[in-house]
Amino acid sequence: MTTLLDRLWSAHEVLRREDGASLLWVDRHLVHEGSHHAFAKLDARGLPVAEPGLTFGVADHYAPTRGAPKDAAVARMIETLAANTARHGITCFGLDDPRQGIVHVIGPEQGLTLPGLQVNCGDSHTSTHGAFGALAFGIGATEVAHVLATQTIWQRKPKAMRITVEGQLAPGVGAKDLALAWIARLGAGGATGHAVEYAGSTVRGLSMEARMTLCNLSIEGGARFGMIAPDETTYAYVEGRPYAPADMGRAVADWRSLRSDADARFDREVTLDAAEIAPIVTWGTSPEDALPITESVPEPRSDHARAALDYMGLTPGTPLAAIPIDRVFIGSCTNARIEDLRAAAAVLAGRRAKVPGLVSPGSRLVKQQAEQEGLDRIFTEAGLDWVGSGCSMCVAMNGDSVAAGERCASTTNRNFRGRQGKGARTHLMSPAMVAAAAVAGHLTDLRPMLNGRDAA
Amino acid sequence: MTGWTTHTGRAAALPLANVDTDQLIPARFMSTPRSEGYGRFLLHDTDARIPEGTTILVAGPNFGSGSSREAAVYALVDFGIRAVIAPSFGDIFAANAANNGLLPACIPEAETLWPRLPAELTIDLAAGTVTGLGETLRFTLDETRRDKLIHGWDDIDLTARHAAAIAAFRGDHHNKHPWAVPARDNNGSGHPTGEEI
Ligand code: SF4
Repeated sequence: MTTLLDRLWSAHEVLRREDGASLLWVDRHLVHEGSHHAFAKLDARGLPVAEPGLTFGVADHYAPTRGAPKDAAVARMIETLAANTARHGITCFGLDDPRQGIVHVIGPEQGLTLPGLQVNCGDSHTSTHGAFGALAFGIGATEVAHVLATQTIWQRKPKAMRITVEGQLAPGVGAKDLALAWIARLGAGGATGHAVEYAGSTVRGLSMEARMTLCNLSIEGGARFGMIAPDETTYAYVEGRPYAPADMGRAVADWRSLRSDADARFDREVTLDAAEIAPIVTWGTSPEDALPITESVPEPRSDHARAALDYMGLTPGTPLAAIPIDRVFIGSCTNARIEDLRAAAAVLAGRRAKVPGLVSPGSRLVKQQAEQEGLDRIFTEAGLDWVGSGCSMCVAMNGDSVAAGERCASTTNRNFRGRQGKGARTHLMSPAMVAAAAVAGHLTDLRPMLNGRDAA
Repeated sequence: MTGWTTHTGRAAALPLANVDTDQLIPARFMSTPRSEGYGRFLLHDTDARIPEGTTILVAGPNFGSGSSREAAVYALVDFGIRAVIAPSFGDIFAANAANNGLLPACIPEAETLWPRLPAELTIDLAAGTVTGLGETLRFTLDETRRDKLIHGWDDIDLTARHAAAIAAFRGDHHNKHPWAVPARDNNGSGHPTGEEI
């Protein structure tokens, strides 16, 4: 009768208040430059960080992708993080650290993220870490201050929802398409108040990188939590990571119980057929505005859709595959892991991009690995810029941005108005689809370009 | 933070669905110290105009969806907004709001109020009502958040009372799950083993 959510929740519940709110123990707390508000709150009260050993910092949101920060405000944000973490004795993967990267990439990469943990970070895509069978959710600055001060967080238990995906994904279709498919079906607020557990044969067949992409996007459907029960794929990924448990045998023995019982009851169940999912792109200003690339820009049926089409400069009836683009971006915590770069490179190999673009690996270690595999040359020979690691054009805080009115095919997670820069028009899609769009100069179905190449 | 129980103020419609956190405050303003005030950044890059003096916003569904940036709440609060009425809210936004004295009041039919908003509305937190429209509307709000708003409670103070329980939990948790404590770097150099740096 017990769900994975129940098991993770009860393992971290210090106490439950009369009003139903639980006080949860936090195993890992990840902070970044944006956490400056929280450190300021702590300082204002003269409080120490309760558990510096369970807290890790990383420079990512404002990290420059070329050279040193050019903007004084950006440089100040990064310096403030370094100063705050140093003062409180917190390990920080800063700009001078070879382990630096995007917080949701390096947590797993360093073995800080493990099955069975409770992970918090002041960033909504913290749901990514749930891919390991962890309880992981994004929090705001006041909550970050609370975790810093107490290593706990007040949270009401969400409802349990299960998204089951069965069957074989078609070649060129991957986790990004899966995620956009369910968000398009249920809506951007469709899973609000729920923790989503992803299950089914398709999900079991996904790599850890793909599972992270899937869980990462949970928040775009309104779910603060995404999770997948750990299995051999998970343990194999964790083994040998710098911060992984020394006694893996003991850990894995514990982790094997982290699953939902066969008779577990969910508040909501959704089923998807993997075979029906095609490569998906977004056409509007919310991740729910998503359709298979074979479709056309829809007739607007709401004020939201009308406003979105106006902002995006699109006319109903235009085939999605006929939308020209000005640039591409391959990066972010959603799609900048090694597999994502390989998938994009598979499409780009031996081809030229018709538009400019940035490729920003999710971490310096991902960058290093990609260079060992020669992927960097594929990108640069195609005419794209191979740059440093950080959030970059996902959130346009570090100076990398899309100009007003420009249209960008992007592997990121939010096509919100102005997300990639004031007036920027964002189309979300998988890394392979972005690569295909770069080659074509317009949105396009990557499948004819695959031709025996292996991209998912 | 000081608590509040009732508020009467100027109401304005923000007739849009999915007003996300990137619209509420564009990222480029977020390196500003809070002491400089965030009100001028509210909905900065959008066409939406909220009349000066507005304290109650009536918006569409999925308000505050998107990122965890509390700066979205700071922009509203610093502008003078005390309550947002909407059919639904982003989860993290609603939590952030309650932590900053801003009421996220959930009313399913909020959109129907847009054409008939009076100049002023009155909100009663304890009763969970909105008045001023001729009829009394009820809003829903998580109980914890209601208490927090009414009492102006600060979680850190509340949690401090449970210090002993937390310490006991920590010991027990780490005993039962030794793997939950981060292992030191394998080679102690601060760098992953075997990587050429
Ligand atoms: S890459 Fe984008 S979504 Fe991910 S942590 Fe950075 S800003 Fe947030």
